[in-house]
Amino acid sequence: MRYADKTVIGLSIAFLVLAFADFFMAEWVRFIGLQSLARGAVALGLLVLWRTGLVSFGHALYFGIGAYAAAMLTLIGYHDAFFLVFAGTLAAGFLAFLLGFLLRRYRGIFFALLNMAFSMILYGVIVKTEELGSTDGFSVLAPTFLGYAPEGEAVQTTLFIFTLVITYIVTVGVHLYLKTTLGGMSMAVRENEIRVEYLGYSAEKVIHVKYVFSGLVAGFGGAIMALAIGQVDPDSMANWTVSGEFVFITILSGIGNVGATFIGALVFELIRTYAFEYAPHIWQLILGGSLLTIIMFLPDGIWSLFGRLRKSEKAPHP
Amino acid sequence: MTVVLDVRDLQKTFGAVVAAKDINVTVSEHEIIGIIGANGAGKTTFVNMVTGFLKPTSGHIEFAGRNIMGLPPRTITNLGISRSFQVPQVFASESVFDNLMMAYAIAEESGLGLLSPLYNDARAVRVDNHLARYQIAEYRDATSSTLPQGIRKLLDIAMAAVSKPSLLMLDEPTSGISVEEKFDLMDIIMDALRQDQTTVLFIEHDMEIVERYVSRVLAFYQGEIICDAPVAEALVDPGVREFVIGEEYHRTRTGNGGQS
Repeated sequence: MRYADKTVIGLSIAFLVLAFADFFMAEWVRFIGLQSLARGAVALGLLVLWRTGLVSFGHALYFGIGAYAAAMLTLIGYHDAFFLVFAGTLAAGFLAFLLGFLLRRYRGIFFALLNMAFSMILYGVIVKTEELGSTDGFSVLAPTFLGYAPEGEAVQTTLFIFTLVITYIVTVGVHLYLKTTLGGMSMAVRENEIRVEYLGYSAEKVIHVKYVFSGLVAGFGGAIMALAIGQVDPDSMANWTVSGEFVFITILSGIGNVGATFIGALVFELIRTYAFEYAPHIWQLILGGSLLTIIMFLPDGIWSLFGRLRKSEKAPHP
Repeated sequence: MTVVLDVRDLQKTFGAVVAAKDINVTVSEHEIIGIIGANGAGKTTFVNMVTGFLKPTSGHIEFAGRNIMGLPPRTITNLGISRSFQVPQVFASESVFDNLMMAYAIAEESGLGLLSPLYNDARAVRVDNHLARYQIAEYRDATSSTLPQGIRKLLDIAMAAVSKPSLLMLDEPTSGISVEEKFDLMDIIMDALRQDQTTVLFIEHDMEIVERYVSRVLAFYQGEIICDAPVAEALVDPGVREFVIGEEYHRTRTGNGGQS
């Protein structure tokens, strides 16, 4: 089997375990799980960009577009989760496609901050729009699933399975994509754009493709988040601090493996939840401290722990 | 012989600086041409213009009967002109093998083919053959940034040759290489390129290399071509002697000590 490598097997096992556990999870665990999947999806997009040598400080833009697009559709009577998530994903992807024509010309800090600038425009627009609840946002009714309208806890259970299935497919897809020629060109563009041009391919085109992809998955994460929380508001969907969280998760996870982004997202949620619970006044300090610890001791992210384990297994005994 | 490259009245100015002026060159198939000239004479500017890195101020460049003026490097590469660089342009943090794997993949795939796996066994065989041909097989798994300069130069040229270009332009293939290694390096390159019957233009400062490998010389001086002739003629041309080669070569050739 060509495609069944360790990562695909690992992801499949994790998928089955989580799908099974869905029926037994405490409600708060499932909620954290949903948020981790949503943020992990965005971090997946950032991983693809990061491998191309680009960091975006503004992916809350696409997260916010995905969330608000899905939420606004519920206002005009659409409640099917498939449609809402699809629309949110597509709206974000389309915006990324348009902005990509400009952003693909920038690198480094300019790329990072231009993204942030665009995301703050969205934030500003939402805050100024009374019809969308301004800074308070508005609530989103529970979705239906192809005609099936669950109630109570079943809403979250179904949403979790729904999210899990799509995330699994996307993640395996990204993993396989990274092994293709176009996926591998991330490395080539990061290392030497001149050589890429003189091998006969456009570096900007490579970046554009990756940028649209990162927009799509960020929109997906946003739409899921809107449905999971049942509420959208600018500060937790579109503010620059949200973009910062995504970068945080990417650093935490490392870019070594697609699965790591979800582990990173989960760790992030756990740290934040518990820090907020036990130290409501200094939770940000704890979050910052853990980032510092990661950067100092695991500069390649959580994933490098697995690498170290593997290395020490292989290390010859003296 | 078929004309591959036809350059007419090429000009390039940067403000008041004239980097290229009245450049007229015709290159035929299978020619090996040496480009000589002092630093700043316009040699690299010429290569940059032909390969699309710099846009000429005016003039015509035709490649295989097609106007390529103002086209981007990737389009020109796909039409069949490749180049190597004075400072090797490789994927520094990757292995030699992975560098060539990427070069082959980009050359071979387009459209939806880009979504097929980068690595396949048939391509790996082609890469290994290519490594053998350029005699860098022993560095196959070494990271490019750790390579000795000569090997990195070879890798750069090998990557440029992957697409089997009909015209290959080499920007100072032997710069930064020790005198003893220069001929070995050029032998490897020229043997490999001869197999593909590639037309070659290369920039070179070492007249011994020029004499040994090229059939024709283009001598640049202050943005102009001051001599375009077979190598034996060009090296005794008074203009070339005065502005390009200088006294030292003059002395060894004629035996009269002209120095003070």
